[in-house]
Amino acid sequence: MLSRTADNLYWTGRYIERAENLARVVDVSYRNALLGLAGASPEGEWRDALASLGSPPQFNERGYSPTEADLTRFFVVDTESPCSIKFCVRAARENARALRAAISTEMWESINTTWLAVRDLDEAGLRARGLREFCDWVKDRSHLFRGVTHGTTLHDDAFRFLRVGTFLERADGTARLLDTKYRSLEGMNADPTGATYYAWGSVLRQASAFRAYHQTYHDVITPRRVAEMLLLRPEMPRSLRFCATQVADHLDILAGSRDLEAQRLAGELHARLRFARIDRVLAAGLHDFLEEILGRIAELSTQLAQDFMMTI
Amino acid sequence: MTTTTFLDEMYGPSTLEGFAEQQKKGQVRTPYQAIVQWLKATDRTLLATKREEADLIFRRVGITFNVYGDQAGTERLIPFDIIPRVLAADEWSRLAAGLVQRVKALNLFLHDLYHGQEVIRAGVVPESHILRNSLFRPEMKGVDVPGNVYVHIAGIDIVRVEEGTFYVLEDNLRTPSGVSYMLQNRAVMMRLFPQLFAKARVAPVDHYCHELLRTLRSVAPATAEGEPTVVVMTPGPHNSAYFEHTFLAEQMGVELAEGQDLFVRDNGVYMRTTLGPRRVDVIYRRIDDDSLDPLAFKPDSMLGVPGLLSVYRNGGVTLANAIGTGVADDKSSYPYVPDLIKFYLDETPILGNVPTYRCSKEGDRAYVIEHLHELVVKQTQGSGGYGMLIGPRSTREEQEKFRALITAHPDGYIAQPTLALSSCPTFVEEGIAPRHIDLRPFILTGANGSVVVPGGLTRVALTRGSLVVNSSQGGGTKDTWVLRP
Repeated sequence: MLSRTADNLYWTGRYIERAENLARVVDVSYRNALLGLAGASPEGEWRDALASLGSPPQFNERGYSPTEADLTRFFVVDTESPCSIKFCVRAARENARALRAAISTEMWESINTTWLAVRDLDEAGLRARGLREFCDWVKDRSHLFRGVTHGTTLHDDAFRFLRVGTFLERADGTARLLDTKYRSLEGMNADPTGATYYAWGSVLRQASAFRAYHQTYHDVITPRRVAEMLLLRPEMPRSLRFCATQVADHLDILAGSRDLEAQRLAGELHARLRFARIDRVLAAGLHDFLEEILGRIAELSTQLAQDFMMTI
Repeated sequence: MTTTTFLDEMYGPSTLEGFAEQQKKGQVRTPYQAIVQWLKATDRTLLATKREEADLIFRRVGITFNVYGDQAGTERLIPFDIIPRVLAADEWSRLAAGLVQRVKALNLFLHDLYHGQEVIRAGVVPESHILRNSLFRPEMKGVDVPGNVYVHIAGIDIVRVEEGTFYVLEDNLRTPSGVSYMLQNRAVMMRLFPQLFAKARVAPVDHYCHELLRTLRSVAPATAEGEPTVVVMTPGPHNSAYFEHTFLAEQMGVELAEGQDLFVRDNGVYMRTTLGPRRVDVIYRRIDDDSLDPLAFKPDSMLGVPGLLSVYRNGGVTLANAIGTGVADDKSSYPYVPDLIKFYLDETPILGNVPTYRCSKEGDRAYVIEHLHELVVKQTQGSGGYGMLIGPRSTREEQEKFRALITAHPDGYIAQPTLALSSCPTFVEEGIAPRHIDLRPFILTGANGSVVVPGGLTRVALTRGSLVVNSSQGGGTKDTWVLRP
């Protein structure tokens, strides 16, 4: 496969997943801001959302303030913002456009149809449509693309580069979500008002893990278990461990008979999550752990470019 | 304006004003019987819905083109008309034979120009014509190409003026585009109106890409090991025909490479893959000669591959089409093609040229200057309908301008009579009305001869009375049916 094609596939996977992650962030922030939880404020919710994306400098540069109106614009329709859903859908589509010879027609049409539907979306259109409706739709489109990918294209190298992009981006999103929420929700453990339930419940919802939590633990929601769920559970499709397993497996096949540095890094990342215990992680500090994981993800992404895109 | 009579391919000789009357009379040319019945039997609102559906399909599939001069990245749809253009089996077989004959002569002409130049010594084409032509590539002199094929993919523009008269309007021998529309128009028509195809005996066109790949593989360099590796080379997503490039690569199952994906090493062209370098044998390039190799041609072009020309000249890779084919398709060579057919094949041309006046010839020039108001004047090296004069529709100032241009650069212009192009009924705002059409069939030539898939791209001038069918000038397209015998 052409190196450029691999690069386009990787970024198509990342941008689609990023659009979905953004929809999750916006959806939950909006819902929480409406709830008016004890010990939280609507502005606080949106500030968390911004922090979870690494407080992108464009937000201040473009003169936004942390109000709901500004934040939805920034996250959804502002095409200058690299953190907007529209930006990500366009980027995914631009990457996919260069891939039409490499992906199935159905995959291209799925992405192109998504783009055509958000291309002319502005704030007024978004209001008319409803923010949560829209977020659900973005998630649906991302699910659809994944399903179409699974069902219509060869499960070959092209498929794997797409999947590596998807899972690295997903791991990145989950790590950021957990880091932000853990910091801002620390100290709420013994709260009797049910705020813990709402606050951590919303974290689970954002990761589509609310029901899964109850199925797994049959217990009330505790921050420790939420962290375990999103970090270490091997069967939870948005957990860091799950993502790391997928990335490592796909890379092993992509490497073939070669012995690549990216494989080693992916293996290390995977081992770190495979053999971690939640109590130790929390005792040593969740934030430090997540920082380390995010660093490893970034390093792996750079190494992928070295090993596959700059082969000559 | 005077009322001109033209051949409507559905209803026979017609005029813009008399069309409605003629429609009522109900005299239908044989190939169009099935379509007329279908139009009669189908509810107009349903047809309107189907037209919208067609637009949606084109958008979703992304069958778009970029317009030069427009804001970068603007993607537009070429309007698609749902009434097909139909050719009877015998009309087509004559056309196909004429096209193959013409391309054969043009390939021999190119080989001769870059080798012995017998055509010049025999006095068929003047030497000055070649020496002064910037499209003649001295780099190609003495270079042997596999199978002596220069033009692997030709798009020959045909117009029809009378029942039995087809003219060649233009030869496109460099990187002709439009074949993806031929294929997509058919796919969309079959999806929208499957029952119509059950009744009409339409020859299929779907195997075009299969034939294209066979053609390209047949001209791989002798040194190619095993199955030859073919790629489509594109200037990139901003090119107006990018959709077509991706489409052809996808349909053939080959890589779509940009210049940056290829490099030269040890007299070979390689592509950069995730597994390291991989040898490329045949490049179906959709990029101009000028941009192919910055070391040999335009040094500032970022689209090409440095060193490509030298590998090509040494036979390490095949380019389709060959470098330097433009010399045979520009408008100054066009008038010689019937003579070339006689010279190289000793045959009578099956397809004629439009009668053409060469402004470089004194007698012709005088005639052109006197008759500007009734002629179409074209630049010999222009394309896309820009910089031409359509006499009957021109103002006095425009005619004056061209008079001066021709006097100053007689070599730069040719002129042809205004043709009464045939028309085909088309959906427009006023309902169904005749609109002028042309036809671009595609001729594939490999080491083992030529193939013409039964069909082509029919372009239609959507403006009432207009003769300009170019998509960049508001033209549309139709599905083109060749009926099976």
